[in-house]
Amino acid sequence: MAKQPAAVVGVGQTHHRAKREDVSMAGLCREAMDRALADAHMSLDDIDAIVVGKAPDLFEGVMMPELFLAESLGAAGKPLLRVHTAGSVGGSTAIVASSLVQAGVHKRVLTVSFEKQSESNAMWALSVPLPFNMPVHAGAGGYFAPHVRSYIRRSEAPTHVGAIVAAKDRQNALKNPYAHLKNPDTTVESVLASQMLWDPIRYDETCPSSDGACALVIVDEDVAAASPNPAWIHGTVMRSEATTAAERDQVNPQASRDAAAALWKQAGITSPVDEIDAAEIYVPFSWFEPMWLESLGFAEVGAGWRLTESGATAMDGRIPVNCSGGVLSSNPIGASGMLRFGEAALQVRGAAGDHQVDGARRALGHAYGGGSQFFAMWVVGSEKPTN
Amino acid sequence: MTRSLSAPVTVAFDYTRSTGPVLGRFLTGLRDGRVIGGRTSEGKVVVPPPEFDPVTHDPVAEFVEVAPTGTVASWTWVPEPVKDQPFDRPFAFVLVTLDGADVPMLHALDVSSVGEVSTGMRVQVRWAEERVGSITDIACFEPATDGGFETGASAPSSTIDPVTGVIVPVSLDYLYAASPEESAFYRGLNEGRIVGQRCPTCQKVYVPPRSACPTDGTPTAEEVEVSQTGTITTFCIVNVPFLGQKITPPYVSAYVLLDGADIAVLHLILGVPAAEVRMGMRVKAVWKPREEWTYSLENIDHFEPTGDPDADYDAYKHHL
Repeated sequence: MAKQPAAVVGVGQTHHRAKREDVSMAGLCREAMDRALADAHMSLDDIDAIVVGKAPDLFEGVMMPELFLAESLGAAGKPLLRVHTAGSVGGSTAIVASSLVQAGVHKRVLTVSFEKQSESNAMWALSVPLPFNMPVHAGAGGYFAPHVRSYIRRSEAPTHVGAIVAAKDRQNALKNPYAHLKNPDTTVESVLASQMLWDPIRYDETCPSSDGACALVIVDEDVAAASPNPAWIHGTVMRSEATTAAERDQVNPQASRDAAAALWKQAGITSPVDEIDAAEIYVPFSWFEPMWLESLGFAEVGAGWRLTESGATAMDGRIPVNCSGGVLSSNPIGASGMLRFGEAALQVRGAAGDHQVDGARRALGHAYGGGSQFFAMWVVGSEKPTN
Repeated sequence: MTRSLSAPVTVAFDYTRSTGPVLGRFLTGLRDGRVIGGRTSEGKVVVPPPEFDPVTHDPVAEFVEVAPTGTVASWTWVPEPVKDQPFDRPFAFVLVTLDGADVPMLHALDVSSVGEVSTGMRVQVRWAEERVGSITDIACFEPATDGGFETGASAPSSTIDPVTGVIVPVSLDYLYAASPEESAFYRGLNEGRIVGQRCPTCQKVYVPPRSACPTDGTPTAEEVEVSQTGTITTFCIVNVPFLGQKITPPYVSAYVLLDGADIAVLHLILGVPAAEVRMGMRVKAVWKPREEWTYSLENIDHFEPTGDPDADYDAYKHHL
């Protein structure tokens, strides 16, 4: 039996901040959920199942938080699933939720993902020294910086391209009322002048540490008929690979390339740069914009930086990337992937507000996690898929 | 000697938990010596108050003070308490329905023998000497005394300085066990050798060995000693200090592809200014004094340049 059509009819998110000391974890999730439900003109009573995602439990120090959250999330008497795929979890959680609808199991699924980074310290949690090993790890920045250096060497990109991405995303964030960072003075020059943290990654080229949540209401064709602007799901894909393997391509991982190829095929897209109107790509460190542009097929290998440098990824460019401000402007880790998926849905629903791309009909949501190890992507469109 | 090396590791952090308004109200009450419940849409009083109503799903907004006395609804005896439990002597965990509440709450009961606890017995709160806005402000329950209960109540502070957060120390003790193959690698390091394993299917040499090839899944067995000299494939200069850091920044964390290996190891580069470290730079292992050796990659203090010409990019570009 073919997949049933499914659509996003509700998107909600919190105001992302460094510390949301005004709410508990449950309160944070409910803030996003209640906005998504209001957007969908539904209440929790209308929901058949709830799918929760968040990144490593060490970030909040609560093992399996879905257990204590179940009642607050309105999951009593309903199926409750929890998903975890490191930084990509927000994306893969949305895909698990959508597959429950596409499989015909449920008609209305609510999915929520969150992180409350202020409850601990992600840098510490990602760098716990293990016995017998060399303690040279330095968080996510320390992990990804060598691979950014490899990209710069391989592509021979000019070293200011990362700063172009950071300045663009921070300016885009000014148009997003939910974004964490609001730095109107950020320019390419100010980014280049910021401190080198994990050389070659500068302070301003790094995502913030945020508290936040995102929620989506995903429904079947019958329920979507009542929505004035459903975002139809045209394709979903997840792929994984080993964290370490001899000659593993850490700049352009096989799983990423395979996932993109499968996604475009599902969505009937042959030239992503021409057929996608807005892309929300997981860019926690600025250089990952050109890296993923290549891996996703928006540019030839080695030419992603040219697309960025040309201004094509700006909001008025050929392929606007991260009009919301992206991960570089808000990073509640567990929610960051779902924010990409949700922002893509907002674009094709014409509901992105001041960061709306005029007439966006098809959009990409993308997330990755682990050591560039887990990938989750979807394409959403304003029209019902024909495939 | 067992095949696997193991060592203790502790993962500990003082988590800073935001309570939100509902649990904050409960904890503020405890600090004032009052027990505060929440009234649900069905009229039940629940202690501690749930953050959201189980029926309407709305935030719980009606708060009710209940008595610090109640009745044991159920219990279990703890004959051999473990670390961080409420007492270091035998005690009972009890479900107590406080007078004025409809649902029992969990806490500890201080009695000296299992014969002194029973379902239906009357108990009362024993307040902690110092109350800070934590569930442990109720030190425990104790058998009710005749003639009413001991009150801990002081003037409400909730409107002045409400509790908004709690610090929750978490400390987990693990025994970290290396695989037999990794253990052989660490034993080699204790002899001044760097030992990997070759995959019989793809012929790639893994350092440290992985037990099974990550690409083929083939179990690995053939040990291969690799060179102590290699090439920096790529690297990061760590300038950022962080909690738990073992090396003082700035330092260079580099992938070193040892001659004879097919995967790079992550290590520290010294003996050269950080700004002069390059991709392709040839480096060699610098060992700690032999008397400091143990079963660890830290036996190699760092890598430093050999002074040889850099490796061609083509020689290592497939390892990026």
